[in-house]
Amino acid sequence: MSVPKKRYAMTVDTRTCVGCKACVLSCKAENDVPDGFCRDWIVEDVRGEFPLLAAEIRSERCNHCSDAPCVKNCPTGASHVNEGGTVLVTHGKCSGCKACIAACPYDARFVNPKGYIDKCTFCLHRVQVGVLPACVTVCPTRTLAFGDLNDPESPVAMNLSSRRWKVNHPESGAQPNLYFLL
Amino acid sequence: MAQSRREFIKIGGVGAAAAVAGTGLASQWWGLDPDVVHDPGTDGDKIVPTFCELCFWKCGVLAHVKNGRVTKIVGNPAHPLSNGRLCPRGTGGTGLLYDPDRLKKPLLRRKGNRGDQTFEEVSWETALDFTAEKLLKIQKECGPEKVALFSHGFGGSFFKHLLFAYGSGNVTAPSYGQCRGPREVGFQLTFGSPVGSPETLDVANARVITLIGSHLGENMHNTQVQDFAAAIAKGATVIAVDPRFSTAAGKAKYWLPIKPGTDMALLLAWMHVIINEGLYDREYVETHATGFEELRKHVADKTPEWAFTETTIRPEVIVETARVIAGARPASLIHPGRHTTWYGDDAQRSRAVAILNALVGSWGRRGGIFVPSSMKVPATPVPAYAAKPKTAQDHPNGVAYPFADEVLSHGVCDATIPGRIGGDGCPIKAWIVYGTNLLQALPQRANVLEAIQKLDLLVAIDVLPAEIVGYADVVLPECTYLERWDDIAPVPWREPFLAIRQPVVPPLFDSKPGWWIAKQLANRMNLGQYFPWDDAGAMVEARLAAGGYDVAALKAKGVVRGKPVPTTTEDGLALSFATPSKKIELYSKQMEAAGLPPLPPYTRHEQPASGQFRLLFGRTPVHTFGRTTNNRFLSEVTKDNEVWLNAKIAKERGLANGERVVLVNQDGVRSMPAKLKATQRIRPDCVFVVHGYGHTSEGLKFAKNRGVDDSALVTKVAVDPVAGSTGMSVNFVSVERA
Repeated sequence: MSVPKKRYAMTVDTRTCVGCKACVLSCKAENDVPDGFCRDWIVEDVRGEFPLLAAEIRSERCNHCSDAPCVKNCPTGASHVNEGGTVLVTHGKCSGCKACIAACPYDARFVNPKGYIDKCTFCLHRVQVGVLPACVTVCPTRTLAFGDLNDPESPVAMNLSSRRWKVNHPESGAQPNLYFLL
Repeated sequence: MAQSRREFIKIGGVGAAAAVAGTGLASQWWGLDPDVVHDPGTDGDKIVPTFCELCFWKCGVLAHVKNGRVTKIVGNPAHPLSNGRLCPRGTGGTGLLYDPDRLKKPLLRRKGNRGDQTFEEVSWETALDFTAEKLLKIQKECGPEKVALFSHGFGGSFFKHLLFAYGSGNVTAPSYGQCRGPREVGFQLTFGSPVGSPETLDVANARVITLIGSHLGENMHNTQVQDFAAAIAKGATVIAVDPRFSTAAGKAKYWLPIKPGTDMALLLAWMHVIINEGLYDREYVETHATGFEELRKHVADKTPEWAFTETTIRPEVIVETARVIAGARPASLIHPGRHTTWYGDDAQRSRAVAILNALVGSWGRRGGIFVPSSMKVPATPVPAYAAKPKTAQDHPNGVAYPFADEVLSHGVCDATIPGRIGGDGCPIKAWIVYGTNLLQALPQRANVLEAIQKLDLLVAIDVLPAEIVGYADVVLPECTYLERWDDIAPVPWREPFLAIRQPVVPPLFDSKPGWWIAKQLANRMNLGQYFPWDDAGAMVEARLAAGGYDVAALKAKGVVRGKPVPTTTEDGLALSFATPSKKIELYSKQMEAAGLPPLPPYTRHEQPASGQFRLLFGRTPVHTFGRTTNNRFLSEVTKDNEVWLNAKIAKERGLANGERVVLVNQDGVRSMPAKLKATQRIRPDCVFVVHGYGHTSEGLKFAKNRGVDDSALVTKVAVDPVAGSTGMSVNFVSVERA
């Protein structure tokens, strides 16, 4: 029996993203993220000088890296690789030592006041019951797509094969799975 | 679900083991907790469909309720305005519902002056008796038309109904005279129909989208932004005319950083090029429009070279963009905008936008402006109104602005100050203010405050203690949209649909639904026959049943969609225009008869002197002006506003990005200190702030003193001679270190 291994990934279309932060707020509501923290965020990258300007807007979050420095640096095994390569933190195993925060090239993690390290989970609790992550569901510009990269029919696989794209910090060698369509 | 959970535990275990092996660290001493996928548990045990009121677009939402508490609000996939998706504000309904600063009890000002914010908590009985008694006294002594209602929001319908029944036509909203009024007038005069709200724009299918000071993406009207993104994804070309490098400008192939106040020159020059080069839709114009010859002559000398000297947009850019606009016709949409009260010739500018749309034949065409349809619901039978809806006292003798279709709020404000208005010379005596913070919504605050102090009665009906509430004599706390029924009103859209607003949870505190408040007042003023039902839920259900709708299905789904009818000629729509000539009126004989320029003239507006900057204001996607800036959930991502100033200018003045500055306007009015955003994204001759910040109300504990209030600086207005609206982008400020 060989079930093809899933590789969950997300694509962010920088052409359509308006940086409205619906993703950030829907994530906060879905995941009951404590006040003062968020698991995803918006970067507005404006280059040039008036009036010759260019803007790129990106919705960013944990990159669920295939070779995740946070997992490698976690002394307790709390940070681990779960279904579809999703990087998760098991609350009960986390000592809050912050080694993962130091290791993460994307500054994607924070200390949840409840006593563990927190970050984007790709809404795996939703994905497992066949529902897309909250940010993907809410996005009014359909900027975000989620799916299994190993499934050529998935929207993420199709986006990556039909569009130009980039990842943040490819030099980290972490093999991130958050792709920005250009 | 159980099976998939076992599956992930298996996979998770493998992953964790691999990780441990990779680091060579053992972690048994941390216990043997399996790797769990933590479910945050925000799914409701009950999901109630209703529609949003964080702005006025009316998107369908699904509210999750768990143990009686709303845990999250998501888009309703069945609703054509949300399509299952929401703007950031829509998710934030919980921040309004659970705002600790909500008005909790009826309040009565027994001592002190208006604005002292000193109230006594009273019973509903006392508050309603007080209000009704005062209103009856004014009705008897001065006449019912001496009472005005200012209303913003869907729940205001019950109070509009009450006021007409009571006998006053002074029902007004700043959203007209201070926002979309001139646009509606311009389009009404040209096409015989306004574009309304939600705007009837087929943005999704447009191949060229021209935005003139319209910043989609920061202005987050959900469906329109969905459509904007869909158009971009399909390769539409965006032309953004804006003094500021807006989000939309960042998506544009052409950003035209126009000198503020000169948009009309650009519009006329575009017409010049499109007509001169024969790029317009000749067949459409010949069939459907009148006055083309007059228009051709009118723009004959409006060359791109001439426009360059006004707008600072280079002639070759004007020519190229004109060709792009015409090249995509009829799927070329020149966006009519929404907040269009800028310089006082706004109805004329909106006319120019309408005419440009006519030249490319976009009205009634796919990718242009569609003709909406809507469902029908029978009305509740009630006696005829005592008031004719157009008996407004908003301008001298009621004739100054013949094309204003709605009552002008600033005119009502003037009519409250003795000696400011003609007619019978008797000023307005009472204001009922529903859901609109007049202190921030109206310009010329000193004028507003003077009017307020002249009143015999000011009633505020609101959810939160906005500034206007502090000036009330009596405060009637309304519950939020998540706690009430509202009336049912079909929204004209590209497909007919009907949605209901129903309570998700019972009202918190001692707040009451608007319908209940209006009905209680009606009962006390012998107007009970206008509210012939016990509660609004029963009324809505009766109306739906009378219309043949499946009430249970509508309550379960929140929305019912009708059979689409043609909205563009491509679907089979036959074009017709409700103008006097039954044609598109490029040349307006109506305006000529009213003594107004029948073709949009170019007016050169005053420009700021050296050292001064034009004050421009706009939106952030996260807030609906001052209505939501106290919402702690939304404010998690946007806490305050900033003063945008060109980076080069800031440097010249020794002002650093992030430092505190004060704006001082031409009349010496000083703003509260605000953070400077020194940026390349704005012209050197203007500053920009997001509207709705800088609250002063004691009760808005989160928003108070947060950010800068642009409206305090709008001491000057340019009144539009056509629409009667107040152009507000005519104030100049200097920027000083705080």
